[in-house]
Amino acid sequence: MPAVIPEDSVGIVQPQKIDFNEPLQLSCGRVLDSYHLMVETYGELNADCSNAILICHALSGNHHVAGYHSHEDKKPGWWDSAIGPGKAIDTNKFFVIGLNNLGGCHGSSGPNQPNPETGQPYGPDFPIITVDDWVESQARLADHFGIEQFAAVIGGSLGGMQALQWSINYPDRLRHCMVIAAAAKLSAQNIAFNEVARQAISKDPQFHDGHYYAQDEVPKVGLMLARMLGHITYLSDDGMRSKFGRELRSGQISYDFTPQFEVESYLRYQGERFSTEFDANTYLLMTKALDYFDPTATEGKPLSEVLAKAKAKFMVISFTTDWRFSPERSREIVDALVDADKQVSYAEIEAAQGHDAFLIPIPRYLDVFNAYMQRVEADTNSLTSKEPS
Amino acid sequence: MRADLDLIKDWVEPGKRVLDLCCGDGELLHYLHSEKQASGYGLEIGPENITECIGKGVNVIEKDIEEGLASIKDNTFDTVIMTQAIQIMMRPDEIIDEMLRIGKECIVTFPNFGHWRARGYLAFRGKMPVSKFLPYTWYNTPNTHFCTFKDFERLCVERNIYIMERTVVDNEHQHRWWIHLWPNMLGEIAIYRITK
Repeated sequence: MPAVIPEDSVGIVQPQKIDFNEPLQLSCGRVLDSYHLMVETYGELNADCSNAILICHALSGNHHVAGYHSHEDKKPGWWDSAIGPGKAIDTNKFFVIGLNNLGGCHGSSGPNQPNPETGQPYGPDFPIITVDDWVESQARLADHFGIEQFAAVIGGSLGGMQALQWSINYPDRLRHCMVIAAAAKLSAQNIAFNEVARQAISKDPQFHDGHYYAQDEVPKVGLMLARMLGHITYLSDDGMRSKFGRELRSGQISYDFTPQFEVESYLRYQGERFSTEFDANTYLLMTKALDYFDPTATEGKPLSEVLAKAKAKFMVISFTTDWRFSPERSREIVDALVDADKQVSYAEIEAAQGHDAFLIPIPRYLDVFNAYMQRVEADTNSLTSKEPS
Repeated sequence: MRADLDLIKDWVEPGKRVLDLCCGDGELLHYLHSEKQASGYGLEIGPENITECIGKGVNVIEKDIEEGLASIKDNTFDTVIMTQAIQIMMRPDEIIDEMLRIGKECIVTFPNFGHWRARGYLAFRGKMPVSKFLPYTWYNTPNTHFCTFKDFERLCVERNIYIMERTVVDNEHQHRWWIHLWPNMLGEIAIYRITK
């Protein structure tokens, strides 16, 4: 971390583990009798609990959204660019909650956590979790803090899908819904990428059908390949060209299979780093949650009819070179919301960074984000001023 | 408020669902929303305008209307508005057809190329008119489809479009009694309320 904490950082933060003992019925039919969630919060919850914002994370995210855990941290939380005092999500005004979703691998109940019944890690026995299940567990987290209604639920990518599902499952529990670089459901191409990633992991000899914890091994190669593939789809062709081009590490071709192009060593580095930080079983679970996400599936109605029950105001954002969750997918959400006569704004941000753009502080993206958050703040303030004193 | 918008606002009844094509900074929608409880959206492509709309609480959707409005169902809106933009469209006739498909009625405003000043400029100088109101030269103007009131009304006849109301104003957006004596010669801006 920098020698001096920047003024717009939430500073040193402490995660907390919250236990839930009420059984959670899951979409897959199974029940989690008890579970725990790792959570971080920033800012202060106001007296009427009306200034809370829930941040939903994407595939590899977690509860550490902003700030630093210690002075030794090299990097802040994964969305530090958007959250902090004076930033788009201003922690001087809002109480921000980040959590590690169920099935995650950063402290919440998941495959790498002990199953209370056996004392051993769940491993592949951890139930398949859906976006619906996450929303349910997040609603209970809101109850824990005494939050009746979020000022906003915000997420990018898989996080945006959770925000969208929130607006459908709990129409009265959020005033604003921000869906960034997401889709109403995955395309066949997207599912295909996920399947290749899953195959890379499950075919790794060190995967041991998911029981690798007991073997004291991890399917490092599989996870690495999954992440390398993911990274390619998160970047754009243009972005890769300008970042790496055909640059050679040593300046000349060596006519062998060692990594020579910069892009090769970048992908290997990213893959290797990820394989030491992330859990393979969680990766499988998260990609399945993505594949299964389809808010229209249960009712078998068009998206506009499913969204008819939503009461939140929506802000949808996409990025021009994002081909994993392209602007067309966001426009489908916007069209459905217009069809359902919902309040929605939509911005398509010119950006070269592909899907990754949603985590990058691009000036126009921040302008839109700031402008929308002013609206969220105004609505929160008008609510507070209406309350009898 | 921009004067042509000031005239239009009276043509939108309270509580209606409005779509404003090329809504700019959202001034009209903001007024219609706060003073007339109108709902709806603005479509816009300018980044600064979009940010300004969002900041004002106006629902704005980034969309290039030249790419079509096919994603919007028939009769979705009570009123579809397009101010001072029809002349920059590739196919104004197709846009008007689309506006009348998705809206029960439409309000269109455009600069009148039949105004005496434009006629005089071309007649006496032999050059395409450039003025304070039409500041572009022929090679850089976004205005690719100029028309006169007469041209517009002829299109309405050809397409069976019913003109509910029309008004003409000068370049300060003021009604002057004499404009109505010879609108195509004396009016600088046309404001039409049309339906099918």
